[in-house]
Amino acid sequence: MKYLTIENHDSNIRVVTIDSPGACVNTLSSALFDEVEAMVEAMESDASVKGLVIISAKKNTFIAGADLDEIKEMKTPEAVKDYILRANTILSRLEAWEKPVVCAINGACMGGGLELALACDYRIASDNTKTVFALPEVKLGLFPGGGGTQRLPQLIGLAQALPLILTGKQLRVKKAKKMGLIDEVVHPHGLKEAAIKNALGLAEGKIEERTVKGPLFNRALEKFSMGRNLIFSQAKKGVLKQTKGLYPAPLEIIESIKCGVENGIEQGIKADINRFGKLVLSKESKNLTHLFFAMNGGGKDYLNGNARPVKKLGVLGAGLMGHGIASVSTDIVDTLLLKDISIKAAAKGIQEVKKGLSIRAKSGGITPFEKEVLGAKLIPCQDYSYFKGTDMVIEAVFEDLDLKRQILRDVEAATDDRTIFASNTSSLPITEIAKGCKRPENVIGMHYFSPVRSMPLLEIIITDKTADWVLGTALDFGMKQGKTCIVVKDGPAFYTTRILTLMMNEAMLLVEEGVDVRTIDQAMTRFGYPVGPITLVDEVGHDVGVHVGEVLKASVEKRRIKTATVLKTLYNKGFHGRKNKKGFYEYKGKKGKKSINKDVGKILGIKPKVNVDIEEIQSRVSLAMVNEAILCLEEGIIASPRDGDLGAILGLGFPPFRGGPFRYVDAEGPEKVLSTMEKLEKKFGNRFKPAGLLKTKVDRNALFY
Amino acid sequence: MEKTNQRVAIIDGCRTPFLRSGTGYSSLMGWQIGQFAVQGLLAKTGISHGEIDEVIMGCVAADIATTNIAREISLGAGIPQSVPAYTCTVACISANQAITNAACSILAGNSEVVIAGGVETFSDADIRLSKKYRKFLLDLTLFKRPKKLLDKLKLLKGMGPLDFIRPEKPAISEYATNLIMGENADRLAKRLHITRERQDEYAVMSHQRAAKAQDDGVFDDDIVPVVLNGNSEPVVRDNGPRKDANFAKLSTLKPAFDKKYGSVTAANASFLTDGAAAVLLMGEKKAMELGLEPIGFLKDFAYTAMDPVEELLLGPAFSIGKLLKKTGIPLSDVGVLEIHEAFAAQMLANIDCLESDGFGKEALGLPGAVGKIPRDKLNIYGGSLSIGHPFGATGARLLTTCCKRMKEEKQKFGIVSACAAGAIGNAILIENPSAE
Repeated sequence: MKYLTIENHDSNIRVVTIDSPGACVNTLSSALFDEVEAMVEAMESDASVKGLVIISAKKNTFIAGADLDEIKEMKTPEAVKDYILRANTILSRLEAWEKPVVCAINGACMGGGLELALACDYRIASDNTKTVFALPEVKLGLFPGGGGTQRLPQLIGLAQALPLILTGKQLRVKKAKKMGLIDEVVHPHGLKEAAIKNALGLAEGKIEERTVKGPLFNRALEKFSMGRNLIFSQAKKGVLKQTKGLYPAPLEIIESIKCGVENGIEQGIKADINRFGKLVLSKESKNLTHLFFAMNGGGKDYLNGNARPVKKLGVLGAGLMGHGIASVSTDIVDTLLLKDISIKAAAKGIQEVKKGLSIRAKSGGITPFEKEVLGAKLIPCQDYSYFKGTDMVIEAVFEDLDLKRQILRDVEAATDDRTIFASNTSSLPITEIAKGCKRPENVIGMHYFSPVRSMPLLEIIITDKTADWVLGTALDFGMKQGKTCIVVKDGPAFYTTRILTLMMNEAMLLVEEGVDVRTIDQAMTRFGYPVGPITLVDEVGHDVGVHVGEVLKASVEKRRIKTATVLKTLYNKGFHGRKNKKGFYEYKGKKGKKSINKDVGKILGIKPKVNVDIEEIQSRVSLAMVNEAILCLEEGIIASPRDGDLGAILGLGFPPFRGGPFRYVDAEGPEKVLSTMEKLEKKFGNRFKPAGLLKTKVDRNALFY
Repeated sequence: MEKTNQRVAIIDGCRTPFLRSGTGYSSLMGWQIGQFAVQGLLAKTGISHGEIDEVIMGCVAADIATTNIAREISLGAGIPQSVPAYTCTVACISANQAITNAACSILAGNSEVVIAGGVETFSDADIRLSKKYRKFLLDLTLFKRPKKLLDKLKLLKGMGPLDFIRPEKPAISEYATNLIMGENADRLAKRLHITRERQDEYAVMSHQRAAKAQDDGVFDDDIVPVVLNGNSEPVVRDNGPRKDANFAKLSTLKPAFDKKYGSVTAANASFLTDGAAAVLLMGEKKAMELGLEPIGFLKDFAYTAMDPVEELLLGPAFSIGKLLKKTGIPLSDVGVLEIHEAFAAQMLANIDCLESDGFGKEALGLPGAVGKIPRDKLNIYGGSLSIGHPFGATGARLLTTCCKRMKEEKQKFGIVSACAAGAIGNAILIENPSAE
């Protein structure tokens, strides 16, 4: 056997070790199924066997989930059905076997890995901080099709299981134990021994299987169908509110769980098999799976093997961006200088980072000692006296060209040839910032998105002069921070900010036409954006919007694109968005409650437009972004459609299930998109002039992918 | 082990602000304070964590949970796990010992780059249960472990109610002599005829010098700001120096130890202090290799041990005398003196001794006095009386300040010296790299 080794233990407990050959993690694949089937057969026919322990040989993974490369290749519903049926048959057989099976889990136990664990009689986990549990299928537009939706509610109760499956979020050992997902926690080196002892105990009837299912209140609620219906209807309401019905998977998850709870696991699994086939082949799942692969691949092509280690990092500006960048860097550097105009301001930023560390320590992600170690790496600065020997300095100061130039000069004076200067500007051209500096080859753009901890994208901007090792280092560093990186060429507003600005411009023009701001926001959230453009500009701040508009002004004017003036007008009148509670919306009273700011209409003197075409709004706003993205590819700002899609989805919230601007065009058909663009051009003018590359694609009958 | 033939370079020093115990650092454990100083030192010098070969830290009142506090500090500062660390304890000269041990380790070729320093916190000193209660608990749970209730109750025999609630007094007296350090300072003042007035004058001078140095930003380069958990203000400066200290005010204070006849008061004695300090030492060759400019060379040092009753606090007089005799350098050639101020009385006693022909002849076997101690050479930025005295850390502060002053004052030689409980003294001779 290639994947499994079976060890005969003295006490007649067999230990099965999973070790996918040539891979750093274990995944579930048909090749593995073959061996598992053979193994189960052998066990069933061997009367001397008292029980089974399943364990992984990998250092930090039990099983990372299904082999996505295999699933990706399945083209017909039959192929998918065969695959999932086989997986379920094996798991059901293992579950039905009268002898005990103990799952010994060290490291990531995800998706199909967790489903395997659920089919066992007893689960022991190691207290390794790398041991985590999740059913992340929903993130790929799927659901746990290996009985996860059936067995998890049975084990930990409906109310605890539902959110786990619907969000795909990770559980650490402490929480998993508390929820009842695992039976016992031991240290990694004692895992196997403990598992064998428990298997023996179960076989000899000394240990009884556990039947606790979460808190009493939940159990009472779940006992009666009325209570269960309440739980399901609440879950569905929540899903619809969040997804606007655009994502089929969460709804199918609820249906699947419901089916199992009401009709029994066997029926549930039967229904799941059809359900799974349908979802795997859905375009939503395809796009989400592509996104997953792109995220894993993003940036790697640019790694040029000459990255240098970043041991000492300086972050300039301790505000939201600055402390955000610091907080994703504590684990990967030795020393982290956080500089602001005063020690007090810098210390405030450090305290924010420390709050984040406390949360991680509380969840069991790091030990209390590690929390102190990571926190003490941060040193507050008000000058550059500690900057000697710094490997990288990332500036996150106010968006002002002269200020950034001054700072670059100061950093150059305080550091040496090895020091990279990275600007976290969202729009100012890096070449301009580097103008007249001593070491332009050390200057690069690293555009993080706010909030830095949760936004997965890093847009790296290179100039003609940026040295290879500087790019390599920035990229390597960004990936170590857990970011998906795209590398773009320098230019006004680079890629993400540029395409967002063009989209925002269209939204603002709609406002000027008198379209109700709520209508615009709703149209776009229904298209799939997490927030509408008007809400977004309020959130980001009108100052930022105006500033970015200025940066792009020259190039936009050159293209004779009509630009909206409403934002600037409002900004000059003191409307700064949410930050001063005066934006397109009013932010009064309780958090989250917002109403239309009636002053806006009065100031602008616009007549409300009554008859609006929602589809046209969606086309105008979304295509403004899509067309600009194609232009960026044409101009070489981005190197590939993949980078363009990653940037738009991860940085700007382009609907993930649509796969990004380029996949969207491919799905709609370039011809259809072109004709819509041409119609819009006729009606609204130059700004909808289709990108040349789009025409080329249509002419050549080609797609972006 | 082969002796390397080179000088020991002092690259730089760094410390946390020194705070009166029970103030800013009261929520921290000692190792955490030490961790800040070491991180600050590494950041300031720009040297990579991986270059460190050894960490030696002094500490006196170690927490039972972190008895080798140097190791916790080293790990806490992110220095590689493979780097050994140990704690040394010689009361108030613990950091001096750490520093000279580091120098020896470098000279012996064991280590190339060493962090030495020390840490102290009295904000969370171990308070012990009464001896009887401790015995009861240990017998109950560890040694005798009786099974029956009656046997358990038998262990209570001989205990009074107060034994359960009254803790043991923290040990502040010398174990061998049973004399509290302050009582000994009073005794010394009486023996050497050091008046209350002279003591108060000295204390006022120390505070005024420290307060002025603080205002002039003298310490800013050496202090790393400390950010505490929660939302409190960052700690950026020492809170010991009293700008408003004046003679009239000090002379109103009652004696703190010998309440009837004594002259040592809370104001002319050093106060309990929390803080940490560290210095980076390496061989001269290694410093050149790394492109680092030393702030001083550790030229030589001497330790002395005296009569724990009569000479408890005379460490500086004895050790400076021994060091100068050993090196043949006259005191007049030493331009900078940084001496630990445990008590004003102790400082004045040491100065008097160093300047006395009798002491030079009798105690040190010299032809006459060791030499004059001009006040403008001595502790010009204040001392332990005003800046504070975290027992384990003071030596590293003295060394850093001494090097800094030598550079500013263009002096070739400087001496760091201190006395310690147990009647041990230390003096270290430092050479300025830039003044030949």
